[in-house]
Amino acid sequence: MNKPYEAVGLTEKEYKKIIEYLNREPNELELNMYGVMWSEHCSYKHSRALFRHFPTSGEKVLQGPGENAGIIDIGDNLAIAMKIESHNHPSAIEPYQGAATGVGGIIRDIFAMGARPIALLNSLRFGDIEKSERVKYLVDGVVAGIAGYGNCIGIPTVAGEVYFSDSYNGNPLVNAMCVGIIEHDKIHRGNASGVGNSVMYVGAATGRDGMGGASFASVELTEESEEKKSAVQVGDPFMEKLLLEACLELLETGAIVGLQDLGAAGLTSACCETATRGEGGMEIDVLKVPRREKGMTPLEVMLSESQERMLLIVEKGREYEVRKIVEKWGLHAVTIGKVTDNGRLIVREGDKIVADVPAYSLDSSGAPKYYKDYEEPEYYRELKHLNPDALEEPKDYNDTLMKLLTSPNLCSREWVYRQYDHMVRTCTVVKPGSDAAVMRIRGTKKGIALTTDCNSRYCYLDPRAGSAIAVVEAARNLVCSGAKPLAITDGLNFGSPEKPDRFWQFREAVIGIGEACRELDTPVISGNVSFYNETETQAIYPTPIIGMVGLIEDIDRHCTMHFKDEGDVVVLLGETRNELGGSEYLARIHGLERGTVPRLNFGLEKRMQAFILTAIEKGLLKSAHDVSEGGLAVALAECCMEKELGVEVSLQSEMRADALLFSESQSRFVISCSPEVLEELQKLMEKQEIPYGILGKVKGKELKINVNGKNIVALNVKEMKEAWRGAFECYMK
Amino acid sequence: MKFGVIVFPGSNCDLDCFHAIRDVTGHEVEYIWHDDEELDGFDCIILPGGFSYGDYLRCGAVARFSRIMDAVKKHAAAGKLVIGICNGFQILTEAGLLPGALVRNKNLKFICETVPLKVENNDTPFTRLYQKGEIINIPIAHGEGNYVADEETLKKLKENGQILFTYVDNPNGSMENIAGICNEGRNVLGMMPHPERACEELLGNTDGRRIFESIILALEGKL
Amino acid sequence: MKARVYVTLKKSIADPQGNAIKNALVKLGYSNVEDVRIGKLIELELGDISEDVAKAQMVKMCEGLLANTVIEEYKFEIV
Repeated sequence: MNKPYEAVGLTEKEYKKIIEYLNREPNELELNMYGVMWSEHCSYKHSRALFRHFPTSGEKVLQGPGENAGIIDIGDNLAIAMKIESHNHPSAIEPYQGAATGVGGIIRDIFAMGARPIALLNSLRFGDIEKSERVKYLVDGVVAGIAGYGNCIGIPTVAGEVYFSDSYNGNPLVNAMCVGIIEHDKIHRGNASGVGNSVMYVGAATGRDGMGGASFASVELTEESEEKKSAVQVGDPFMEKLLLEACLELLETGAIVGLQDLGAAGLTSACCETATRGEGGMEIDVLKVPRREKGMTPLEVMLSESQERMLLIVEKGREYEVRKIVEKWGLHAVTIGKVTDNGRLIVREGDKIVADVPAYSLDSSGAPKYYKDYEEPEYYRELKHLNPDALEEPKDYNDTLMKLLTSPNLCSREWVYRQYDHMVRTCTVVKPGSDAAVMRIRGTKKGIALTTDCNSRYCYLDPRAGSAIAVVEAARNLVCSGAKPLAITDGLNFGSPEKPDRFWQFREAVIGIGEACRELDTPVISGNVSFYNETETQAIYPTPIIGMVGLIEDIDRHCTMHFKDEGDVVVLLGETRNELGGSEYLARIHGLERGTVPRLNFGLEKRMQAFILTAIEKGLLKSAHDVSEGGLAVALAECCMEKELGVEVSLQSEMRADALLFSESQSRFVISCSPEVLEELQKLMEKQEIPYGILGKVKGKELKINVNGKNIVALNVKEMKEAWRGAFECYMK
Repeated sequence: MKFGVIVFPGSNCDLDCFHAIRDVTGHEVEYIWHDDEELDGFDCIILPGGFSYGDYLRCGAVARFSRIMDAVKKHAAAGKLVIGICNGFQILTEAGLLPGALVRNKNLKFICETVPLKVENNDTPFTRLYQKGEIINIPIAHGEGNYVADEETLKKLKENGQILFTYVDNPNGSMENIAGICNEGRNVLGMMPHPERACEELLGNTDGRRIFESIILALEGKL
Repeated sequence: MKARVYVTLKKSIADPQGNAIKNALVKLGYSNVEDVRIGKLIELELGDISEDVAKAQMVKMCEGLLANTVIEEYKFEIV
């Protein structure tokens, strides 16, 4: 073959680099190993150069990016491990198994650090549900897959988001996040350290599934992609549950020096990564690897992406101990190799050496690093234009508000989360339905709040501002629950980095995230990049999903967004401006996706967040909810739903009523408090220079909004809730 | 007084049951491995929820052959207390310790939510602290909670007052809205809802606590 | 010796899955489809035993594990 490197997705230049590393041409196995390890999915070759924009360290960071998961200190010798990962391309082809194995993979990343997984979250994006039967099929399969896997393994799925937009037609996004808990001194890393230590394999047998999955993730989807159906594996959550319990039990023995899950690029990746992080070298024998199918070649064994497998680096002499524990759980552990210090990854087939490469050259540190061209796209400046006065004002605000509340992106997601066991492990204090999930840390007075966020329309209109807002919005959701934001894990989903306008979006997003993270002091401790989310006809909106965790020092001092009692005073914090750009109202009612994204003032935002946290800690707030998509009117409606309590608010403004009700101005919050504490709250707001306006009271059975003396919204809460709750099921029919 | 929580490969709610007994009621509880042979010294055995053996073939179909199940049968035959929650209920029906079977939810989806239940009978060591007819809120989380049994069995259950809990708003298609039953001897309880998830204020509601408290009082001989 | 076991729900047990699939087929244009029941096919490799021994084993296996005779029926064939 003239260009052997093309078959494995590499360029001529990359091929030459391999020859440089080896001082000879690679054989077929070696070439394939470089092919998967240097794919975008594994090496981040197109994105790595930009990560210097991220703050990744801090006082509380125990582990930053580079390991299986990031770890952040929460005090009392405890820490939280977290990571988000995408499984987009497989879910587009086989939604149930694609999503299920995505969940399986991210769980393994967490317990590979020695952490007990305690929560799952996800962020899902699909095309137009009102026009496409395929979207319904994908939603059904993906949600069932996440439920099927997460419920079986017994980890609660506590939060997430689902968004629909034309831009995802043909490229659904499935990002799964896992959070785990660990004691400081129990943290294990995927290091192959200690020369002579054994490399053991535990879990499912290796089959031919998922061949070349990593390179599958690194190309755009075409018709041939359907043929690549073999690149989707079937997950076995029961096997993973056994593996999880066995590994955590093994870690207690001290016999395990390092742990690594086999994910993308299977054994090749696991071996080279652990070797590179450890002594530098490893030698394994593929004949010792348990197989599920007959006649597998070394190439198939090294590249297989069969699920539910782990690599253990075991202290020499303690292999028997490991096998005994593993067998108790009905699994098998087998020694397949040993740690060396010659810096080489050597693969044998019995006595024969079938691959011999410098380990670090396969790893992302040895892989090529590219500085791609970027160019502001043509649409960018044009789309900033919006003439709000040219928009026709709604004639019936009741009708407009109901249209928004029952729209695909704003209606209740109960249809989805009802399928997820969100209570198992009895630690879920605030279940799906509020701004963030809140979980207690058993054995302590602490709690954590968790969320995933991203408004991809903002990111399309202004990637830098939109991505910064994604970070800030995640923080708001945590703060409204009473938690101090600690760190983020980012799931960056974009089009092709080879196209300068897409790469421009990526670069802007990374810079925006970095800026917001520095302002809020929430370092990026782990993350994932998924490129090539485009088809022949279109690319997705830039979708940098922010997964964030916050700490609640006293779990009894948490908060939710729901109004609690009749008579409570409702206050709006922040200032509403005429900023309909990028709003849900503009898109849904007027069919426009344009305008400047609402302005973000970090100084004000930080003051707001600090105030809300103080107020919750002092027990002054009955509810807190940030204002986001749909603006103030939707936020108020959302606060009424849970307890079916009505509210009466009055607003005064020179602004048009639709801008007043539906602008998505930043740094705004709807809070409620009992009348007795209002004075104390006002004193605190004045002291901390928080702009606010008293809107009204929780009262009656209707959501009533009065603007400049005129009642423009009066909706029966029970009826409003029924429609909001039932909308998703209607869309799915 | 000692409770035992059996752990099968794939059990998930063992932790929750253990915690409910030890930390909420303050009583002694131990984990029992599915491969053990003896249940000496245990007063009440709990078969927890989860996906034992991955729910493969049928829920509970493989778990019922675990070594510990012989001891569970003996324990039940001796009149001692056994409760099966969710997957535990499924295992008890497969093992023949309770009549009927649990099949797939009518809407074919897993359902996780807190639902209202009616306490049909408070004349058992499990329900003594409830009022007859009382409505309580207990979380459910299952994909196969649809109770089925033949006419004869249903008739017997009704006549003997063996139906302990029914759904107010049937979420899964269960015959006679059955959410939980006991055996003729009234010492074995099987229920699909999770009372161990409703024991603490912090988690939203405490309606499930009285099941455990009833058991404790019965064991203390106070009922 | 190979065996195939077919396990189906008893007629008296409602089959919502079968019903959902029937509706899907009708929607696809097969309006003549009246009923669909979903069952399980279990294939076993029994090793080197006689047909008689196999048959006896199969009855025990079906009664004991492969089918829940409270709600299911079974039939098997030795191949």
